[in-house]
Amino acid sequence: MPFNLLVLTCLAYVAVLFLVAFLAERRAAMGRIGWLRSPMIYTLSLSIYCTAWTFYGAVGYAARSGLEFVTIYLGPTLVFVGWWLLLRKLVRIGRQQRVTSIADLISSRFGKSNLLGVLVTLLAVVAATPYIALQLQSVTLSFGVFASGTPEGWALPNRDATAVWVAGGLALFTILFGTRNLDAKEQHHGVVLAIAVEAVVKLVALLAVGVFVVWGLGGGPIAVYDRIAASSIGMWEVQPGRWTGLIFVSAAAVICLPRMFQVMVVEDGDERHMARASWAFPLYLLLMSLFIVPIAVIGLERLPAGSNPDMFVLTLPLSEGQGALAMLAFLGGFSSATSMVIVESIALATMVSNHVVMPLWLKLRPKAAVSGDVRRIVILSRRFAIVAVLTLGYAYYRLSGGSAALAAIGLIAFVGVAQVLPVLLGGLYWRGATKVGAVAGLMTGLAVWAFTLYLPSFGPGAVLSAGVFSDGLGGVGWLRPQALFGVEGMDPLLHALFWSLVLNTAAFCLFSLLTFPGPVERMQGLVFVNVFDSETGGPQGWARGRAEPEALLTMAQRILGDENALAVFAAEARAQGKDGYLPDATPDFVAGLERRLAGSVGAATAHAMISQIVGRATVSVEDLMAVANETAQIMEYSAQLETQREELTRTARQLREANEKLTQLSVQKDAFLSQISHELRTPMTSIRAFSEILTEGDLPPEMVANYGRIIHEEAIRLTRLLDDLLDLSVLENGSVQLNIGVANVQQILDRALAAARHTRAERDFLIIRDLPAENIFVRTDADRLVQVFINLISNARKYCDAASPELKITVRQRAGRVSVDFIDNGSGIPKQQQGIIFEKFARLTDQTRAGGAGLGLAICREVMAKLGGSVAYLPGQGGAAFRVVLPLRLDRKAA
Amino acid sequence: MAMRGPRRRAPLFLKRGSYRKRRLRDAARMLPVVGAFLFAMPMLWAHEGTAGDGLYIFAVWLCLVLAAAAMAPGLGSEIGAGEAEGEGSGPRGPGEG
Repeated sequence: MPFNLLVLTCLAYVAVLFLVAFLAERRAAMGRIGWLRSPMIYTLSLSIYCTAWTFYGAVGYAARSGLEFVTIYLGPTLVFVGWWLLLRKLVRIGRQQRVTSIADLISSRFGKSNLLGVLVTLLAVVAATPYIALQLQSVTLSFGVFASGTPEGWALPNRDATAVWVAGGLALFTILFGTRNLDAKEQHHGVVLAIAVEAVVKLVALLAVGVFVVWGLGGGPIAVYDRIAASSIGMWEVQPGRWTGLIFVSAAAVICLPRMFQVMVVEDGDERHMARASWAFPLYLLLMSLFIVPIAVIGLERLPAGSNPDMFVLTLPLSEGQGALAMLAFLGGFSSATSMVIVESIALATMVSNHVVMPLWLKLRPKAAVSGDVRRIVILSRRFAIVAVLTLGYAYYRLSGGSAALAAIGLIAFVGVAQVLPVLLGGLYWRGATKVGAVAGLMTGLAVWAFTLYLPSFGPGAVLSAGVFSDGLGGVGWLRPQALFGVEGMDPLLHALFWSLVLNTAAFCLFSLLTFPGPVERMQGLVFVNVFDSETGGPQGWARGRAEPEALLTMAQRILGDENALAVFAAEARAQGKDGYLPDATPDFVAGLERRLAGSVGAATAHAMISQIVGRATVSVEDLMAVANETAQIMEYSAQLETQREELTRTARQLREANEKLTQLSVQKDAFLSQISHELRTPMTSIRAFSEILTEGDLPPEMVANYGRIIHEEAIRLTRLLDDLLDLSVLENGSVQLNIGVANVQQILDRALAAARHTRAERDFLIIRDLPAENIFVRTDADRLVQVFINLISNARKYCDAASPELKITVRQRAGRVSVDFIDNGSGIPKQQQGIIFEKFARLTDQTRAGGAGLGLAICREVMAKLGGSVAYLPGQGGAAFRVVLPLRLDRKAA
Repeated sequence: MAMRGPRRRAPLFLKRGSYRKRRLRDAARMLPVVGAFLFAMPMLWAHEGTAGDGLYIFAVWLCLVLAAAAMAPGLGSEIGAGEAEGEGSGPRGPGEG
């Protein structure tokens, strides 16, 4: 295949990518995001995990180490099917805090510390450099394959020149679509769609080669199975250490790799998309890995010994004369390499600009936060960072000579980024993790990784002298880079992984335990760890009213752009109920603005910029405590309110009851008044009538005597009624005179029963008494007590509606008090009326109007109160029942 | 500290629907553990060779994908709606503030 055709195809492919990215950007700019943010695109964008390392390197890996290559995809599979455990929280925090990169996440969690941001950035750049070199190398190698494998024998002009061209082209694409705008949130729709397209291309390409190999060359799956078993890698055995170690490190890498974090959290962090990706992404990995071993086995069989297994995907179709398939495979590999480099450089450039350039610039020109053109600086620094990252990758490629196996380079990077894992997990699940601990852990991990894996990867004598390898650093034997602390015979990769993570975690935990976190740190720790508790808004760091809204707006315009900033401010002003564009700088608003700015320039920089205007860099521990106290006070206050509310409810209920009683009484009083006027009228009418007859004279003497008797009886009835009324008013006024002496209860009862016998004398009442129990001497006013007893007994006689009425009188003495119960066998008093029977004028029925006018029980109650006792209705006795309680000895004083 | 207020108390027993959702989350948490165990199995075997081990690994892999796919709709649907009840059962961070 002519070289020009290859280059042309390549350029055409790149042009298509540019077009796709351009169209997506335009569509997004018009607000028609739609399917640009769908679970499908999200899953496909995650596929940048599969770089050229997967596309070419996996086959080479399988040809060298059998099935071990699959560990690199099993780790991410476990992480994604277990997304509910970790990724969900990561994505939620990323969205809530508007995280721009993994460095930003770590920095934000540990008190918006810029030092941590710089550290993670450094680690990411150092770890990514060999990885980017790997992509350049694979693209260069694939060009080389076409160059040497063709009969025309055209020679690749220059390997390094190819790499330069590729790096330059990638830088151009990335700058064009990765730094077009400074979004409120780091989203690049064009880039995401382009890498989604590339994801499809590389999957299709690898599957096509695989299908060709299995069915075209291998003779079907069963034959291929047998060939695998019979091949040189067929007797491969699992090495437990490497197997578990690699699964672990790949799981860590898929979380911590800057480019994975970029597409997983930053570009489109949505938990619902994550739910789809939880199985779709493992499926993608499964499909990518499916034909690796067959390709490796058939390649080893068919290709001449000594050919590079890393290039089997290309050389196998080429050697079989399948030019078009080889072309597709080439594009697949090209896609894998370019998409990775593009996203990785965007992620790294964001980190560098947000955590290195911006803080430096703010330090050099503090006033610039308000007046300078921040957007231009940020975008410019990102563009330079992209170029710098690619240059570094190219430099590594030149330095390492492009000779090492692809898989080895990839694993070095993996172990490097895995150093972030302890700090990340600690930050997400442990509130006690502190900034100092994180710095210590990261530095330890970085140092151990560099010493045991990264620097040795350049080979003995390149960076570390051969002497260091054999005798240890400074001649100390247990500081040998591949046998740290005398641990020998371990696989170098496992050795580095083991020691770097162990020492990293140990330092992180130890320093976290020993140090005290700052206030911002503690706030952020709370927000991160309890991200699913909606209440944990936490105290806002910003003091009220110190910020000038206009200055804030000016600054926000510098970062978000004029229109965006104005829209944000206007929306807030509307929410506060104000006109215009300047809301009050409430702590909530300032904190929200900070988060928004953090979405562009990172948490630490945004915090620093806001504090230049608000005038306070941090909150103090005292502030936190004060807010906590405030919260406690509010809680206490609301608890008090709750108590008061309950009390009010209770009082209202009591009032309602009282009101009901009053209404009832008022009705009864009216009834009584008409009753009493009737009662007064009846005797008065007969007295008047008979006295008129008597006045006319000439009547027989027996008639005169008869009329006189009637007049007399009616006068007595009147007097009794008036006596009752008088008695009650005297009792109520408290001016009653008690005649206290010793009396026997039995005798008092005898007197009362004898007196009450006249009430409805025609009825035969059965009186049940217990005479011995009644033999109690009390010191009280016997006449008044008799009056009470008479009343109760005559009530029973009057109102008991049983056919054979009974009255049971029970006397008990207990604790210095005597109780006398009067229980009849009638139908008793209904519950709703038990409350009013002791009120004056109360009268339950009119069935028998003999005597009293409803004053009896009221008089009884007043009398018993005077005697230091009480009278009460006793419910549930099978009839009307009253209990009279009186003290055994009534003190005169109490009377 | 003073932040201990009247905390919203999670119900002790749940209706059938909520109960199933909780167990679905539990299953989602267990799935990676099960996967890790199954992927570790080849280390314990006597010699099987690339072909046999490969077949096993890919079979387990596919099962994990299917299991995750079966659970994803249930888990995804409650993110919007049922999030309010949150992580009532999950361990809380050490109390401080």
